[in-house]
Amino acid sequence: MQLQPKLIALQLLHLRNPALGEGLEEEMERDPRVCVMGEDVGHYGGSYKVTKGLATKFGDLRVLDTPIAENSFTGMGIGAAMTGLRPVVEGMNMGFLLLAFNQISNNCGMLHYTSGGQFTIPIVIRGPGGVGRQLGAEHSQRLESYFQSIPGIQMVACSTPYNAKGLMKAAIRSENPVILFEHVLLYNLKERIPDEDYICNLEEAELVRPGEDITILTYSRMRYHVMQAAKTLVNKGYDPEVIDIRSLKPFDLYTIGNSVKKTHRVLIVEECMRTGGIGASLTAAITENFHDYLDAPVMCLSSQDVPTPYAGTLEEWTVVQPAQIVTAVEQLCQ
Amino acid sequence: MRFLSESPSLHAHCYRVLDDNGQLIRHSNFIQVSEDIAVKMYSNMVTLQTLDTIFYEAQRQGRISFYVTTIGEEAINIASAAALTLDDFVFPQYREPGVLLWRGFTLQEFANQCFGNKADYGKGRQMPIHYGSNKHKYFTVSSTIATQIPHAVGAAYSLKMDKKDACAVTYFGDGGTSEGDFHAALNFAAVTEAPVIFICRNNGWAISTPTSDQFRSDGIAVRGQAYGVRSIRVDGNDVLAIYSAVHAARKMAVNEHRPILIEAVTYRVGHHSTSDDSTKYRPADEIEWWRMARDPVTRFRKWIESNGWWSSEAESQLRSSIRNQLLQAIQLAEKVEKPPVKDLFTDVYDDLPPNLREQEKLLRETINRHPKDYPADVPL
Repeated sequence: MQLQPKLIALQLLHLRNPALGEGLEEEMERDPRVCVMGEDVGHYGGSYKVTKGLATKFGDLRVLDTPIAENSFTGMGIGAAMTGLRPVVEGMNMGFLLLAFNQISNNCGMLHYTSGGQFTIPIVIRGPGGVGRQLGAEHSQRLESYFQSIPGIQMVACSTPYNAKGLMKAAIRSENPVILFEHVLLYNLKERIPDEDYICNLEEAELVRPGEDITILTYSRMRYHVMQAAKTLVNKGYDPEVIDIRSLKPFDLYTIGNSVKKTHRVLIVEECMRTGGIGASLTAAITENFHDYLDAPVMCLSSQDVPTPYAGTLEEWTVVQPAQIVTAVEQLCQ
Repeated sequence: MRFLSESPSLHAHCYRVLDDNGQLIRHSNFIQVSEDIAVKMYSNMVTLQTLDTIFYEAQRQGRISFYVTTIGEEAINIASAAALTLDDFVFPQYREPGVLLWRGFTLQEFANQCFGNKADYGKGRQMPIHYGSNKHKYFTVSSTIATQIPHAVGAAYSLKMDKKDACAVTYFGDGGTSEGDFHAALNFAAVTEAPVIFICRNNGWAISTPTSDQFRSDGIAVRGQAYGVRSIRVDGNDVLAIYSAVHAARKMAVNEHRPILIEAVTYRVGHHSTSDDSTKYRPADEIEWWRMARDPVTRFRKWIESNGWWSSEAESQLRSSIRNQLLQAIQLAEKVEKPPVKDLFTDVYDDLPPNLREQEKLLRETINRHPKDYPADVPL
């Protein structure tokens, strides 16, 4: 008798047990040290309702509403983590964590090292980010660009209900500080996931579609633009291999490398800006490690180097669209 | 229509127990201190003073690269530590080594950290005076100003959740209170009813910035009320006043689950650090006056002597003994090996990730090929 996998949304606003919330709830049940802190995470349930219901179930102390002071409540989370708790800090929008950069860089990433290993910081910092639907420049940031250099932290980006729940749980159980990037436009996705307890490996990339002609590396929302482009490409006779890199720091160069060795062509599709994004680092890493296997230079499609405009049509053209992906693949495979 | 004045008609009262001559002020209430505790506090203050003198000299001689003294603030360091228990979490700024000293950190351990040798608990990764010891519940000093204040609130939150009979304590200077972290931490400690004691060492100077350029409020104690935090101003150079205030604060914090703000008024007699020459921005006679006439160590000595608990023989014995121990500790620390190359890459994460393993491999290969370009005293 097999358990029917249940239908679940990544984070559906009106569904009672969405993936991120469920992952968090299961970990809070399993380990009494897990707690949540952030703005409006308590009875309001969080800006995207990820923490809905948790305050009622676990109490106001374990699901803490903080004042508007990102650097300070991230600092609080670090202090709590150093003294034995496992906090999950929510940035109402990832962009707001720019205010927490001091604590994240100078303390979160550093204290385990500078204390000689005496103090650990098993904190999870998470929140919605990415270019949404006309949220304006300040609410459309891609913070993974800015955080990627900080030594001592790990970064992962979820993209499906399955990996959202798995990565949330893995991040909470990790002894290292982990930043979990969610995307505002992906909260409504639905998928069947297993009933039993599972976690996803924080450092592993996900093979979305096997192929022979070209390796397309992507993550978060762009995965869906890539898969849409893939349909068109298949109709045109191409066989793209699509990998959702998931782990933004460190890169899963093992999975990526194996793919490059097979296809010899790489296209990176990201939402970060052209300058200094994840794509820029990934291009460097691939060129450095696998240039012998490449038949063409690594191509990277990124967002424009502009603040995200509010107007719908303008916003659409700052991020990579499926048509551009198709053109890029055709170019690379000539 | 009435506006609240920007400054109170009366300055906040400053709690004192001993006068400048180390005599009890009449009608002052304070917690009685036994001979043992009083002598222990005094010995620790003398040790701290001597530690500072010797290590400062060592930096001047080029034996260590950097040092920060606590001269003039010995009472705050030792008396506050004495009023806490070993279960309380301490989040220092960087001018509170006395708290660690009271808790049992040895002179050798201090020396090891300053020399960054293999025995340093920090594995040589931090500048001198960035002490940290989890067994003493003293959280590793981080150079950034005021970032430890919210850490303390987080720790207090953790203690409250675990229902422990302990509190969190954090120290910072007058300058640190300008940082946003100070504001938000106090605000939030009040809202969450966290058992945390905020101790501000108002020593008059933030490197070269005097308090008149730092804030316009009547010092720090008055800010407590703005956040709903009970507060007190104390004479920071009065051992008995600090001891009593911290003792009372701790009781309130733990039993009533509330934060307390203590403003300890003092003076930074030394330079900000060995990279600073404070005579450039303040008069030398001002420094001398505070060093001689307002020295907290001498002041407390007068009190314990008047109780018959101390003598000049005990004094000279203690000072020469500590001095010898320190010189030995330094000599030993200087000789101990530096941490090995592998400690450059460990503890960034819990395990060594592949990219760091690769970087270490590359470094070792480079060292092998060009051994003459690398220091001979760093083990591989």
